[in-house]
Amino acid sequence: MTKVHVQTKINGDAVEFLADPRETLLDCLRDHVGLTGSKEGCGTGDCGACSVELDGTLVCSCLVLGVEANGKTVDTIEGMATGNDLHPLQRKFIEHAALQCGFCTPGILVAAKKLLEVNPDPTEEETRYWLAGNLCRCTGYDKIIRAVMDAAAEMRQEVA
Amino acid sequence: MAKDELNTFKLVGTRPDRPDGLDKVTGRARYGADFSLPGMLHAAVVRSPHAHAKIVKIDASKALALDGVKAVVTRADLPTGLTGDEWDLQENTLAGEKALYDGHAVAAVAATSKLLAEEAARLIEVEYEVLPHVIHVDDAMAEGAPVIREGAADPTVPEGLHPNVVKYMEFGRGDVEAGFAEADLVMEKSYKTEATHQGYIEPHACVGQMGSDNKGEMWVCTQGQWFIRKMSAAVLGIEASQLRVTPSEIGGGFGGKTTIFMEPLSLALSKKAGGRPVKIVMTRSEVLRATGPTASASMDVKIGMKTDGTITGARAEFRMQGGAFPGAPVDMALYCAFAGYKLENVQHIGYDVLANRPKCAAYRAPGSPMGAFAVESLVDEMCRELKLDPIEVRIKNGVQTGDRASYGPKFGSIGLKEVLEAVKDHPNLQAELGPNQGRGFAVGYWFNHNGETSVSMAIGEDGTAQVSVGTPDIGGSRASVSLMVAETLGIPYEDVRVNVVETGALGVNEPTHGSRATFATGKAAVEATQGAIKEMCRRAAAEWGIDEEAVEWADGAAQPAGPNAGKFPPMTIKEIAAKMGSTGGPISGHHESVPDGVGASFGAHVVDLEVDPETGRVTILRYLVVQDAGRAIHPSYVEGQYQGGAVQGIGWALNEEYVYDDKGRLANSVFLDYRVPVASDLPMIDTVIVEVPNPGHPFGVRGVGETGITPPLPAIANAIHDAVGVRMTHLPINPPKLLAALKAK
Repeated sequence: MTKVHVQTKINGDAVEFLADPRETLLDCLRDHVGLTGSKEGCGTGDCGACSVELDGTLVCSCLVLGVEANGKTVDTIEGMATGNDLHPLQRKFIEHAALQCGFCTPGILVAAKKLLEVNPDPTEEETRYWLAGNLCRCTGYDKIIRAVMDAAAEMRQEVA
Repeated sequence: MAKDELNTFKLVGTRPDRPDGLDKVTGRARYGADFSLPGMLHAAVVRSPHAHAKIVKIDASKALALDGVKAVVTRADLPTGLTGDEWDLQENTLAGEKALYDGHAVAAVAATSKLLAEEAARLIEVEYEVLPHVIHVDDAMAEGAPVIREGAADPTVPEGLHPNVVKYMEFGRGDVEAGFAEADLVMEKSYKTEATHQGYIEPHACVGQMGSDNKGEMWVCTQGQWFIRKMSAAVLGIEASQLRVTPSEIGGGFGGKTTIFMEPLSLALSKKAGGRPVKIVMTRSEVLRATGPTASASMDVKIGMKTDGTITGARAEFRMQGGAFPGAPVDMALYCAFAGYKLENVQHIGYDVLANRPKCAAYRAPGSPMGAFAVESLVDEMCRELKLDPIEVRIKNGVQTGDRASYGPKFGSIGLKEVLEAVKDHPNLQAELGPNQGRGFAVGYWFNHNGETSVSMAIGEDGTAQVSVGTPDIGGSRASVSLMVAETLGIPYEDVRVNVVETGALGVNEPTHGSRATFATGKAAVEATQGAIKEMCRRAAAEWGIDEEAVEWADGAAQPAGPNAGKFPPMTIKEIAAKMGSTGGPISGHHESVPDGVGASFGAHVVDLEVDPETGRVTILRYLVVQDAGRAIHPSYVEGQYQGGAVQGIGWALNEEYVYDDKGRLANSVFLDYRVPVASDLPMIDTVIVEVPNPGHPFGVRGVGETGITPPLPAIANAIHDAVGVRMTHLPINPPKLLAALKAK
C-alpha cells in the first residue's frame, strides 16, 4: 500500500515519517521514529501501555492510525523528563518502588501526568479510576497509587 | 520478627533506588520487541482455528509468490526422531499430524515487513479434517472422550483409565480411614478452578538469526536464556553451545516465560532466509491462545477433625488438565495441599490429563493455589461447623521446624507459627464489618527452589564491583544482588553493578523461577564475592609480608587479623584494585553450584469484602498479606511481591478464566474479555514481612515470589461465605455465578 508522508511534532521536535495507512501511531513511533518507550501490551486499547498525548489528549496510540498524527503534536514517555531532570512522577516511581518489570510504567507515567494536569489534588479513588485503563500485572497497584499521590503532593507544594 | 535486633547489616534491609530504575521510567529500557537489527525480517505465525484437527495439507505457494516473502517453515522443516519432553516442545512449536488446540502453530512466514508477513500468513492454505475435541478435565477422563494422543500415558497410569490420563500418582502415610474414624466431624467436598493466564503485559518477542552453519543468536524476552537455548537447540536439532541467547529486559513472566513458544521459529526462518535476522512479536490474542496458561482442576477433599480442631486424617484427589501435553502441576498441587498441617494420616491421589488446550506453563507457585482453594475452603467450613477460630485451628495443627511435611520430607527452619501470630496481632482483624461484608482467612505455601546457578564477579580498577548473573531481573533482583554484594564487600551500594548476561558469558543458569533469584543467585554472588575477598587479602598479605591467614576483610579493606598479625593500616579495596595489574593481575570471583539450603515460605492472608446482593459483585475492602521472607534484602520489592501475588490471586478468585465456545475455541482472547484486576477494583494491599531467617542463606533469604498467589483463592471464598452465607466451590466467583448462588440460597 502506498505510504503517506506524515509531518508531526514529537516531544517538541519536528518529525517526518512515511506511514503505511494500516499502521498504528504506536507502530510508527516504534518502528519508524525509533521511540520504543511506548509499549504494545494488547493492541486493542485495553492495557494502556502505549499511552501518549496527541494534541494534548491522552490516547492509546495503538488505537490511532499513524496518518492521523499528521499536523499534530505527540508527547511520549521519552519527552517526559527535561534533559536529565526527571518529572516528579518519574522520581517518585523509582523512590516508591512503583515498578517491578517496568513494562507498563511508561504508559502509566504518561497517563498519570495527564491526571495531575487536570486534577492536581486527586483522591486515592480518583487516581485509581483514572488509571483503571492501565494494566499492571506485577505490583497490585498499591505502590503506583502511592507514588502518583506523593508526586501530586510534591507538585502542589512547588506551585504554592 | 524483631528485625532490628537481628539485623546488624548496613545495607541489607534498606530501600535504595533500583539500579535499572532510570531506564525504566524514561522508556529507555529495552524489552523483547524493542530490539532490531539491520536487514531484519518480520514473521507471522499461522495458527489452527480448530481445537482438534488432522492437518491434511499445507500449501504456501501463494504466500511465497508475494514479493518480499522470504521463507515459510512448517513441521516438515524440523528434524524428526525427537522423544519425550523434546518431542512435546517441538510438537507445541509447530503442529505435526494434528492441531491439538485452538491457536496451535501450524506454519510461520518471514517477510520484509510485519504487514507483509501478516498478509502472507493469510495466504497459506491449510486443509484440516476437524476431529471431536474435549476441553474440561472430568470430560477428558470420561469413557468415550476423544483420544488426544494414543500411547502418551506413562507407566504410572493403572490399566483401565482413559488414554488421556497420562500420569497417575498416589502417596501418603498413616491410615487415613482410621484417621477419619477418630474424628468428631468428617466432611468431604468437591472443588473446581478454571485455567488462568499469567497475564504479563509484555507479549513474547524475539529476534533470531541463524546461518547455514547452524550457528545462531537470539535476543529474547525470557525468564531463562539457558532454557531457551537448550529447548530451541533440541527442537531444531542443533548444538546448544552454537546458539547464543541474550535476554532483554522482561515485561513480566510469572513462570510463563520459562519455556519456548515461537522462539525456534525465528531461527528456522532465518536459516531458510539466508541468515537474515527474523523478528517475531506475539499479539495479545496469540499470547492467550497459544502460550502456557495454568491448568484447570477438579478436586475432592476429605478431612476429619476433632471438636478441639485437631485434624485426624486428610485425603485429596486432584484431577488436572494441562493442555494437550503431559505436565499439569498436579504433583505440586498435592505436595502443597496440606503442607501447613502436621498430619499422621494423609493420602494424596493425582491425575494428569490431556485436553484440547494449550500446553500449560508454570504460573507462580504452580499447583499450589488450586490445592489451597480446596483444602483451605474445607478447613474453614469445618471450623465454622465446630465453632472454632480458623487461625487457632491453623496454629494448633500447624507445622513447625523439624516436623515431617505432609508430602514426606522434614521441614528445615520454617516460620508458619510466626506468620499466624503476626496475623492475630494485626489491626485489620479489629475492623468492624457491616451488612453483606465478610472476612476470610487462608494459609498458603511454596517450597522455593535452588537450581543450577553460575555467577561471576570482578573488581574494577577503581575498586568497584561488577557482577554477572544469569537470572533476568523481573522485579528488582539487580537491587537485591547489589545490596548483598556491597554488604559483603563493605562498599557503597552504588559501587556495584549487576549485569544480566547472555549464555556465552557464564555457566548454565536456570531461569528466574521458583522464587530463586535472590536466594540462589544471591547466595552464589556472595560466594563469588568471598572468593575475590580472599584474593584481595592474599594481595595485602603479600605486600605486608605476612601470612594470608593473618589478614581479614572488614569495612571494605584488608586488615591485620589481630595484634599478632603485625601493625599495618587497612588496605582499602580501592588501593588493592589500583595496583592489581602489578600484584598478580585481575581480581575476580566466581561460583557454580546448585545451592543447598532452600528455605520454604508460608504466608497467610486476611481479606475483608462486600457482596452486592443485587448484582453478585464482590468489592475488596481490606487486604492483608503476612508472609515469612526469611530476610527482606530490599523490603520494598518484597512488599511488591506480596502485593502483586495477592492481586493475581484476587483475579483468579473473582474474574479470570479461560472461556471456550462449543467448538473448543477460546472465547476471550483479549484483555477486554480476559479481565485482570485494574486499579479501581482494589484497595491498598497491606503487608507484614515476617523474618525467620533461613540458615541456608548467608543473609537468611527464603524467596518470596510465589506463596502470595495461593491464599487469595480460598480466603476470598471464605470471606464470601462469611458475608452472605453461600459456599462457592467453583472459581472464578464472578457476579453471575454468585448471584445465582444467592438466589438458590
